[in-house]
Amino acid sequence: MSDVSRREALKTLGVVGTIGALGGWPRAARAADKLVVGVIYVGPRDDYGYNQAQAQAAAQIKKLPGVSVVEQEKVPETTDVQKTMGSMIEQDGATLLFPTSFGYFDPHILKAAEKYPKIRFAHCGGLWTEGKHPKNVGSYFGYIDECQYLNGVVAGHASKTKKLGFIAAKPIPQVLRNINAFTLGARSVDPKITTQLLVTGDWSLPVKEAEATNSLIDQGVDVVTCHVDSPKVVVETAERRGIFVCGYHANQATLAPKGYLTGAEWNWLTPYTLHVQDAQAGKPLVNFLRGGLKEGFVKTSAYGRAVSEAARKKADGVKAQMMKGDFVIFRGPIKDNTGKTVIDQGVAQKQTDVVLEQMSYLVEGVVGRV
Amino acid sequence: MTRLEPLAIPAAALAAAMVVFGLFMAALGQNPLEVYALIYRGAFASAFSWQNTLARAAPLVLTALCVALPARVGLMVIGGEGALVLGGLSAAVVGHALAGTAPLTVQAAMALAAMVVGGAWIALAGALRQYRGVNETISSLLLTYIAIALFNHLVEGPLRDPASLNKPSTAPIGDASMLGRLPGLDVHWGLGLGIVFCALMYVLVQHTTYGFGMRIVGGNARAARLAGLPVGGLVLAACALGGAAAGLAGMVEVAAVHGSANASLIAGYGYGGILIAFIARQNPLAIVPVAVLVGGLAASGSMLQRRLDLPDATVLVLQGVAFMLILASEALYGRLKPFRPTRASP
Repeated sequence: MSDVSRREALKTLGVVGTIGALGGWPRAARAADKLVVGVIYVGPRDDYGYNQAQAQAAAQIKKLPGVSVVEQEKVPETTDVQKTMGSMIEQDGATLLFPTSFGYFDPHILKAAEKYPKIRFAHCGGLWTEGKHPKNVGSYFGYIDECQYLNGVVAGHASKTKKLGFIAAKPIPQVLRNINAFTLGARSVDPKITTQLLVTGDWSLPVKEAEATNSLIDQGVDVVTCHVDSPKVVVETAERRGIFVCGYHANQATLAPKGYLTGAEWNWLTPYTLHVQDAQAGKPLVNFLRGGLKEGFVKTSAYGRAVSEAARKKADGVKAQMMKGDFVIFRGPIKDNTGKTVIDQGVAQKQTDVVLEQMSYLVEGVVGRV
Repeated sequence: MTRLEPLAIPAAALAAAMVVFGLFMAALGQNPLEVYALIYRGAFASAFSWQNTLARAAPLVLTALCVALPARVGLMVIGGEGALVLGGLSAAVVGHALAGTAPLTVQAAMALAAMVVGGAWIALAGALRQYRGVNETISSLLLTYIAIALFNHLVEGPLRDPASLNKPSTAPIGDASMLGRLPGLDVHWGLGLGIVFCALMYVLVQHTTYGFGMRIVGGNARAARLAGLPVGGLVLAACALGGAAAGLAGMVEVAAVHGSANASLIAGYGYGGILIAFIARQNPLAIVPVAVLVGGLAASGSMLQRRLDLPDATVLVLQGVAFMLILASEALYGRLKPFRPTRASP
């Protein structure tokens, strides 16, 4: 193997360095009087899932007057995202950022917010805490378990084997809440229904997700849903094997024209619009922003052909109650799947209840362990 | 002239890659010159872009060593990711256990733990090859899957900080023990450690008898054995040093960036290092500028996405083209007239 002489290497580095120092490009303000919004995704924008749901909102924001959007996809949760935020601010003149992945928050957004105190950072996931985190950071999130409950109601009607399947990435509180809401919804139709849980271990493992779907179907499951970054593989596998499926994150109806029942979708346009309007008006950033169906933070996919009249009626009834704000999913008594009472008789844990954010159990009817 | 050969050939290959990539861009309806201008602007045109580039290069310098050092004894190890992940995890555990002690002590202990664990992990692949004849490329890759599974199990199970609800992590090492930034730069100390490690390894490989032994083993292991060299020991040591470098990269990610071990550590830096080691032709010193170049491409990829709405894969195409052409250009060594040694006429 050959050696590069030290002197030559230093010379080259020196030349490159000088060019760099001389360059000193002026900050490129792409649109001087426009609000530049930066959106950062952890995966591809067209993943039929988490990132697509965000990208759909970004695409709508782009159309607003006086707004231009810069986007970047597949940014890992490392210093890369700090530098990407920095580039959007320094090179593109962005003043409102939507770094959308859950893992971007700590430490990356917190660091960037400290460095750029005048820039607004709106993070998806609900981690902002009063007194602990800076004021130029906010978090927005939706109570999507409402839609998962409705998924459960529809799935409960569609299932003949009374066995449902749930493919989950990680057994963390947010995911458990969806599994439990889905199961409670299904068991409100028929208390004999069970949900078979399979945990893949990570957010994006397409091969494992396909295997999990197949194995659930082999066990007699006839409706499946999931909580992974991209439900594409699960939905396609279910369709190919001829069972029903409920979507998650975004609308996957086109992937399963026969088996797609309905789906739990984010509607990020609501928080995006609010943050953009506030930024344009110069109002302070809303640090804590949440809502469910009623507030327009989440929505359900249109019913598929296979959804029966009875299922539509029941689900629409529950949805109407949710829209009014008087439906409580986690209303006692609720037992976990080991027989222990986790929510007592007469206790109603509403969506805003912080206890729900520490969920660590699976409700009765879920087959699986945390 | 012969001394210029190792610089001129890769440079020409890179230039050729730029031309091919330019044609590709033109085929996509983009102006290649504008694309090049943006690449330069994103990577090297201002103080900010330089820091952007260097920050992205930092972890790659260390993981590239995990390929380059075993390559010196003739082993093709591609499992740096596993050593990085486990190194980071052990650093996080040690860092938390020692929280409250003097920062330098904590950091030194963290680095040591990470290097020992990372080194042992890659040495395992080396030992499997040396004593059981298992192909080290495959075994180190498979060991990475085991490492990640082990990492996830520990981080989500026994070592999980109960306060980390939706993002399972180990307990934080505490702000006091965090590695700071290089003076005057918005780049963490990982870059400094990487450059020092590379320089030390360069001296070791090129200027010590020990490194000479390594190179002989890499050239012809049987001849080395006949010459009485401790082949097994040299193979294990080269693997352990490479693994230690990757482990240290994991420690830096924990101590300078994340503050604890969690799934964000699994970011593919271990794989990124493979590309760099190859372009640097497994030379520890050349790794640094090559990592800067690749870091620059990553930084400018971000610019291409935002300005031209090109997909993220654009830069991967450029990297792939460059990688292929540089590998292909290896065939040119010793065949180009201007670089042939001039012989004294008889």
